[in-house]
Amino acid sequence: MSKSLQADTDTLESGALHRTPLRMSPSDLGTIFANLEKAEYTLIGPKVSEGIIAYDRISHPDELPRGVTDRQKPAEYRLSHSDQPHYFSYAVGPHTFKRFTFPPRHTLFTSTKEGGELKLADSSPPVRKFAFIGIRSCEIAALLIQDKVFDNDQFRDNHYAAGRKDNFILAVNCTHPADTCFCVSTRSGPSVSEHFDLSITEVCESGEHFFIVYVGSDLGESMLVGIDKIDATDSEKAMAQSSLDKAAANMQRSLSTDGLKELLYDNAESPHWEELGKRCLSCTSCTMVCPTCFCSTVEDSTNLSGSEATRTRVWDSCFNEDYSYIHGGSIRTSPAARYRHWITHKLATWQDQFGSLGCVGCGRCITWCPSSIDLTEEISKLRKKQTDNKTTLVKE
Amino acid sequence: MELAINKPQPDTSMGEMTPRLHTVTRIIKDTADTFTLELAPSDDGQLFQFKPGQFNMVYHYGVGEVPISISGDCEKTDRMVHTIRKVGTVTNAFSRLKKGDTVGLRGPYGTAWPIDGAEGNDLVIMAGGIGLAPLRPVLYSILFRRRKFGRVVLLYGARSPQDILYKKELQKWRARFDLEIEITVDRTIVPWRGNVGVVTTLIPRTTFDPLNTTAMLCGPEIMIRFSIMELRNLGVPEENIYVSLERSMKCGCGFCGHCQCGQHFVCKDGPVFAYPVVKNLMLIREI
Repeated sequence: MSKSLQADTDTLESGALHRTPLRMSPSDLGTIFANLEKAEYTLIGPKVSEGIIAYDRISHPDELPRGVTDRQKPAEYRLSHSDQPHYFSYAVGPHTFKRFTFPPRHTLFTSTKEGGELKLADSSPPVRKFAFIGIRSCEIAALLIQDKVFDNDQFRDNHYAAGRKDNFILAVNCTHPADTCFCVSTRSGPSVSEHFDLSITEVCESGEHFFIVYVGSDLGESMLVGIDKIDATDSEKAMAQSSLDKAAANMQRSLSTDGLKELLYDNAESPHWEELGKRCLSCTSCTMVCPTCFCSTVEDSTNLSGSEATRTRVWDSCFNEDYSYIHGGSIRTSPAARYRHWITHKLATWQDQFGSLGCVGCGRCITWCPSSIDLTEEISKLRKKQTDNKTTLVKE
Repeated sequence: MELAINKPQPDTSMGEMTPRLHTVTRIIKDTADTFTLELAPSDDGQLFQFKPGQFNMVYHYGVGEVPISISGDCEKTDRMVHTIRKVGTVTNAFSRLKKGDTVGLRGPYGTAWPIDGAEGNDLVIMAGGIGLAPLRPVLYSILFRRRKFGRVVLLYGARSPQDILYKKELQKWRARFDLEIEITVDRTIVPWRGNVGVVTTLIPRTTFDPLNTTAMLCGPEIMIRFSIMELRNLGVPEENIYVSLERSMKCGCGFCGHCQCGQHFVCKDGPVFAYPVVKNLMLIREI
């Protein structure tokens, strides 16, 4: 996984794949699940829970959100159910696979005190083999982005590595982007091109229901044991491709990435941030649903007798006032400064830090913002303001 | 799919985020709210090697962990020295430690002052308050090979005469002919024959060759900004000025995100920055 994300998405069209795609019937999914369980993977996949598509442990395809579709727009998310047999006809919900590779709460270490003597308990994180079922292209891109954060130029986080090691990637090409998606702009979807073990395109139209399956690795191949390998026909491939093309063409939103970094650096003191600060509630929702946000804080606690102390890492958000606290006060006290920090990090400073955007175009931050703040819209506004300013200057 | 592991790794079998235990071997009370801890590894193992300007994450059992700059001599490899001011929960807990108690240590982290790069130049070291702590190792290093440098000037501003750190050491250094030490205080209620005023007022009292001077600054950001203005007025080149910045930190490794200042992670890209690198950022409010 040494290639940069940019290089990965460049090969989107060519797709360095092992063999011609297979046609698989929906019932074969159960065989793959069983093979994965036999290989001691913990299966994590989508299921309906409390009105959302959540990612959780699953063991059988029946648990997948069958017949479920979603409707998303700024500050709105609704699921609807139908009799259709499709498994993957919805876009991403508020959950991300990040919650398994970088859990919202996890213990960093435990120490004990006996008779005044301090001891550190073994803090090695448990190694778990995760199989991510139904992971979308944007979410794979997000994992690759976080890989660079937790294995940066100087340090490597063993807690992250433990959750990320030995992942099995059963990807789903996205045929149902939400109204809030813009992965075409960030070149991270809707199709999966690399870094998967198996990839599936679901075709469910005119009474037909089948999967087009690409094998991305030998490991992927090995999980197809017990399935009749039938090469997909040209017309079947065409059906899958046309639904993917439609998905890309129907993408409602876009984010122009040309000169994005310079735009944000040049406008650090734009009055636009003040306007945004009035709308932003600093509720942290966008950072909690973002698949690339990696900020964390730590909590120290002891048991009642004080004989054992635990240090826990928990997700944090740059929208919290505490986040930038140093003795004497916080650096970013205004919501305006906090929003500027967040969006500048995602789209500009991230490029300097890790060589890619910190955004994969999944649109979660737009859907889950209670104030309907849409980052693609805010960038357009900022661009327009800059152009208007330049025009005024020229006129004068 | 495997995570790329392409770096030689030090022994972090316990993980980068797990501290190593150290024993408090000595406590020095510097001022009413500031104290210095001397630490040695509890396991009799190797002490961390460090460079002046770097910091450690220091952990107090059950209370928390904070970044503290190293204020000791990097030639004295038998101890790790930290000067701490009581300002929060964790530092208050540290103030209640006794000799023989145990703390956790991770580090050293961050960038160092460019001492080798300053050889041949005059040196102006400017410190405000506890900002003197990460600069003391610079003085130790310079005195270790004093002849390699031109004039060496320390300009130090404290809140009051009672808040002056390392008093005995400063007195000793003031008696030397090869160091110029100037101290000022913001205010005083005790008899004080020294300077009163902000640290920038000390600059005109000293002599150094601005064009061939390396300046190192640590203190409140407002102090750093005005001091740089004065140094630049005298003609000290921008690229010869180095600053140490302070931000919130939870990990020291670039994982937690808290310390970001523009595109920089202050924990691993800093805390010591060449001034031109952070110049524009220091002018933006709430960055």
